[in-house]
Amino acid sequence: MKQPLQKTWNWIDSRIGYTDYVLPLLTHTVPRDARWWYVFGSATLTAFIVQVFSGICLAMSYVPGGDEAYESLKFITEQAPFGAFLRAMHSYGASAMVALVVIHLTQVYLHATYKYPREMNWMTGVVLFFVVLAMAFTGQLLRWDANGVWSVYVATEMAARTPIIGPTLSHFLLGGETVGGSTLSRFFVYHVFILPGIIFAGVGLHLSLLFRHGISEMPDVDRPVDPATYKEQYEARLEKTGVPFWPSAMWRDVVFSTLVVGVIVACSLIFGPPALDAPPDPANIHANPMPDWYFWWYFAVLSLLPPSYEFWFILGVPVVGFLAMFCLPLFSNTGHRAPSKRPWAVGIVIASLAGFVVLSIYGYREPWSPDFDVPELPSSVVGVDHGPVFDGAKLAHSKGCLYCHTIGGYGGHRGPDLSNIGNQLTRDDLIIRINNGGYNMPAFASSVNSDQLSDIVDFLMTRVEDKEPTNEGG
Amino acid sequence: MNENTKEVSCRDDVEDRRSFHARLSMILSAVIGALIVLPGLSFVLAPIFKQTKQKWRSVGKVDDFKKGSTVLVSFEDPSPEPWAGVTAKTAAWLRCVNDTEFIAFSINCRHLGCPVRWIDTAGLFMCPCHGGVYYSDGTVAGGPPPEPLDRYQVRVRNGQVEIHTAAVPLTTTPLNADS
Repeated sequence: MKQPLQKTWNWIDSRIGYTDYVLPLLTHTVPRDARWWYVFGSATLTAFIVQVFSGICLAMSYVPGGDEAYESLKFITEQAPFGAFLRAMHSYGASAMVALVVIHLTQVYLHATYKYPREMNWMTGVVLFFVVLAMAFTGQLLRWDANGVWSVYVATEMAARTPIIGPTLSHFLLGGETVGGSTLSRFFVYHVFILPGIIFAGVGLHLSLLFRHGISEMPDVDRPVDPATYKEQYEARLEKTGVPFWPSAMWRDVVFSTLVVGVIVACSLIFGPPALDAPPDPANIHANPMPDWYFWWYFAVLSLLPPSYEFWFILGVPVVGFLAMFCLPLFSNTGHRAPSKRPWAVGIVIASLAGFVVLSIYGYREPWSPDFDVPELPSSVVGVDHGPVFDGAKLAHSKGCLYCHTIGGYGGHRGPDLSNIGNQLTRDDLIIRINNGGYNMPAFASSVNSDQLSDIVDFLMTRVEDKEPTNEGG
Repeated sequence: MNENTKEVSCRDDVEDRRSFHARLSMILSAVIGALIVLPGLSFVLAPIFKQTKQKWRSVGKVDDFKKGSTVLVSFEDPSPEPWAGVTAKTAAWLRCVNDTEFIAFSINCRHLGCPVRWIDTAGLFMCPCHGGVYYSDGTVAGGPPPEPLDRYQVRVRNGQVEIHTAAVPLTTTPLNADS
């Protein structure tokens, strides 16, 4: 029994060349010191495989049409067996892929693996990173609920800021002059054909470069990269201490990938797919467009920037960011790899991480967004049930003050908290401020009459907190 | 001697032919590429060059609108694809100034296109995305928008209020922007 099997395999092997071509790649010698540091690249690939498989399955029911997309997603989520689970898997798979590609990139940057001779490994990786972000954005949009439609508007408006070709770009993205039937089918093609095609080709190139130059060693303070001698010394060290990739190094990749897929499946089972927003009606203004978590930081940046910097950030962050990262190894491909000798690299990573976390929290809370649903102030906060102060409290709600200002824990966060404003501004200051407005505050002179103004100011003057009054006016 | 000359010329001949074949293959590959790509590219880029014929769309009878009120109206795009469904709709904030005068504000914030909401009691348009605020005439009152709200053309015909459809208002960056 064994003999014929062996014979068959030998026949196939001699024709397809497994032993000649594939086996040497699988068992090529790699440094033994990398251990757990190098599992993130393969885990990103695993997450991509999850995406490809769940995506293909979802595409069997998803209809990329203006009206039907939302209905087909509702069908997938609510009726199709395993539909909700697959949608959840595709969503958590996307999160995993974005997170892992960033971790992989950070690890490679910290260890300066992009230096000679692996410059192109890094450059292909940077292209892949941006394509993954584009996949994340277009994927969120294919949900084609109110959020999806308004995400298209935001993307279109951002593209429109490009000098000269802005409007052309926007109309290309929309597939016309407004959001319509062609918009979704175009984004569907990006998400399902074009971007995955680039990822397949990019991963192929990325991996072939990995095999060509070999897996890098852990950075060593005593061994800065010198292109004149690097390859020779690397080969010599590998010969002495290297181990075969399969299975001596790869088992760690497999263990970590198992963990990643396990987490994706567990999250999908426990939390389910992301909820669908309202239907994709561009005439529905009660939408509160918001990107998925990976773009909250950018959402915050766009809200916090002074308008005069906007052009540079809307176009600068993607374009300059890409170019700076892409060209990095062309400017720095020799010398130290150890983080301890590259304080700037460590600083940049820490600053980026801190910026990401802080801005993401800000983006999630979106304190700049008016609180449209704020209720009228309860009597426990107002303190009286008739008279000018009572009327002023009602006006603070109806005139929109509470949309942006918090009083006694109620209201938005765009403007300063007014809970202690009676201690901070004088009556005259308040009248001037309300009439004339201020930085980011509308002037209310034309929409509030003098009686109303007097009531509002009466009410605001009663807003004092028990602690000692401060001297910090204004 | 004679043989030698023959050999040399033969080798030259082969090299000539090789370089001719290489050049021919490259040119033909470019032709194949162009034949495959050009029709598709034209198809994909066509919407950029398409001149949409805008239309007047009725949004209701004049009597339906209370003087001084600002309400949300929706209308259909000028030439929606048959499969566009609900995405063929666009909305505007329509203000009735008097029986003959109406103003139609675009709902798209001039910052990044999000849908602004009219807060009647406050007399302000507010945007949920990045906190843009506009006065009742559409001028910027606060937040990041660089320009006032866009307006659609409105007319009254046979007792009907009609809005002239238009492309999505885009905020562009002029070349000489001093920013």
